[in-house]
Amino acid sequence: MTQTTYREALRQALIDGMQADSDIILLGEEVGLYGGAYGVTKGLIDMFGAHRVMDAPISEPAIIGAAIGAAMTGLRPVAELMYVDFIGMAMDQLANQAAKSRYMFGGQIGVPMVLRTQGGTGRSAAAQHSQSLEAWMLHVPGLRLVMPASVSDAYHLLRQALEQPDPVVFIEHKGLYTLKGDITAEPEAPWGAPLVRRAGDDLTIVTWSRMVHEALAAAAALADVGITAEVIDLRCLNPLDDAMIFASVARTGRAMIVTEAVVTGSVASDIAARIGERCFDWLEEPVLRIGGEDIPIPVSPALERGSIPSAGLIADAARWLVRREAPQWA
Amino acid sequence: MTERTNSGAVARYRMMRRIRTFEERVGELFLKGESAGSMLHLSIGEEGVVGLTDLMRAGDTFTTHHRGHGVFLGRGADPARMMAEIAGKETGYCRGKGGSMHIADRALGHLGANAIVGGGIPHVVGAGITARNRRQDHVSVAFFGDGAMSQGILYESMNMAALWHLPVLFCCINNQYGMGTRVDRSAGRVAFAERARAFGLAGETVDGADVESVYQAAHTLMASARSGQPGFLEISAFRFFGHARMDKSPYRTPEEEAEGRLRDPVARARATLDAEDQVSPADLDRIDAEAATEMDAALASAIAAPAPGMQTMFEDVYAPGTPAPFAQADRLRAILYEAAP
Ligand SMILES: Cc1ncc(C[n+]2csc(CCOP(=O)(O)OP(=O)(O)O)c2C)c(N)n1
Ligand SMILES: [Mg+2]
Repeated sequence: MTQTTYREALRQALIDGMQADSDIILLGEEVGLYGGAYGVTKGLIDMFGAHRVMDAPISEPAIIGAAIGAAMTGLRPVAELMYVDFIGMAMDQLANQAAKSRYMFGGQIGVPMVLRTQGGTGRSAAAQHSQSLEAWMLHVPGLRLVMPASVSDAYHLLRQALEQPDPVVFIEHKGLYTLKGDITAEPEAPWGAPLVRRAGDDLTIVTWSRMVHEALAAAAALADVGITAEVIDLRCLNPLDDAMIFASVARTGRAMIVTEAVVTGSVASDIAARIGERCFDWLEEPVLRIGGEDIPIPVSPALERGSIPSAGLIADAARWLVRREAPQWA
Repeated sequence: MTERTNSGAVARYRMMRRIRTFEERVGELFLKGESAGSMLHLSIGEEGVVGLTDLMRAGDTFTTHHRGHGVFLGRGADPARMMAEIAGKETGYCRGKGGSMHIADRALGHLGANAIVGGGIPHVVGAGITARNRRQDHVSVAFFGDGAMSQGILYESMNMAALWHLPVLFCCINNQYGMGTRVDRSAGRVAFAERARAFGLAGETVDGADVESVYQAAHTLMASARSGQPGFLEISAFRFFGHARMDKSPYRTPEEEAEGRLRDPVARARATLDAEDQVSPADLDRIDAEAATEMDAALASAIAAPAPGMQTMFEDVYAPGTPAPFAQADRLRAILYEAAP
């Protein structure tokens, strides 16, 4: 176990996967010579050649569509979408073609591909390069959806994604590429299982991707005032074994879902609904959603920061949930 | 005074120098840590586009790609408001919401810079429909890079423009690269104007290092677009620097860069004016100095400008006077006080 980065873990997962399975190909803009817009595929074209690491023109629908066709006929393509925001251009290929082929064709034609992409705020990249669009994907039956928050998950979840029989949307976070950590010998949890990142008894915070780190910072601050928060990292949004979430909430009686995405119509809303349905009798307080404001992401660094949850906001909300201590601003 | 201020060529030189200097100051803004992010795409090397923007009139509309500072200056932008937008400030063209990749100004016909490659192209088809239906004498011009030649939406748009005889011009600024990909690595056949002609457009390619050639080619195409024959103009140029501020262009050789930078539209126009004795070196120096003074002031005012107030983030999602998004703090307050005993 050596310290590495989220970026390097992803790269290593691609290398190990490609060495183990000669059917894996990478297809996307700037994945070859340039090494990926965020450096994840650096050097891979030299290791595996231009037939397996394919620099594609700026043609998102055809990149994803070609990946689908390659997957249908036996290869295992990893299509890279430079920013999740660009999925708007290719949503038909993803949602109507990749996701539905197995079902429409009566189980005959599966699409075992991975769509690697990244999202999130933090670079003042503005409204078309900063979104968290996982809700768009979660709403489509037939797609799997993974959003790693840790270095080890970046590695293991990508390796596991490369073995799935169905299309997997794998969304990295642009703010995590330099995160340091270890790659554990075994995955931290099975595919589809959430993970308790910090144990606690007073409330359950459910989150994923970069917000795991904000929630952990909030939990550390809450510990100083005597509140113990359980932080659950979803890791996989589909499949999602939600039993563990319910067990935690049944124990703590309080639940908060934290997302960087706009709150309305979000994955957080869906998780909150599931908790409401299953844990109603155990809940002491309403299930809270803490998320991004219902606005496009502004370019101004101050507005951008102010529009998404911070550890401070999460801790404030937790103090109210647990102790009815109203935040200063409320 | 040898400077003939009524000379179009001198005016174009002045504009190109202003663009060059503006972009250099954008680089400084970034180095000072005052820009909103690092996704700043300089149009240095592409100033020859002034040969086209100079022919556009009040009422004409346009969209640009992410590398659109030069085009907008060419259409009369106020560099101070542009710089403020690039710094994410309240006084910017878009109130610090859009930034470098999303500058727009309805008053000057700028329907928006776009960070989706090809995203702004179809809007000129719609603007062409408006001009036609309202019997206005306006042309709408889409500016985009060679990278957008790989986007299907360009072909859908060109087909519509030709089908409906719209007053539209598609302008591809081919700077030879899309990020790290040289045009011959993204197209099986690099003959862009030919593609446009196949759709029924008037298609030309012109050397962007020579602004007067651009002017000549654009003159014909703009005139025919205005009369309902849409066109396509490829302006061949060279991207002098990296894709955005963080890119050091490791994928191309120093020799290629040195050679590419010889295709300098600003230096070339200056040399031409000088050689043809139209303008004295002293007057050319004075034009350059004025540009420097103007852009220094734009830089300083952008840095000094206020950041937008936090509450402004909720403005402009929807039209004024209609319900704004429910702010999270208000939502939490509602839960808190309605649920409290
Ligand atoms: C739909 C879409 N795909 C990919 C990108 C990422 N991207 C931004 S600029 C760029 C290269 C564009 O090249 P070109 O059109 O030639 O413009 P240039 O940067 O050279 O001016 C790419 C791939 C994007 N912004 N939008
Ligand atoms: Mg280009």
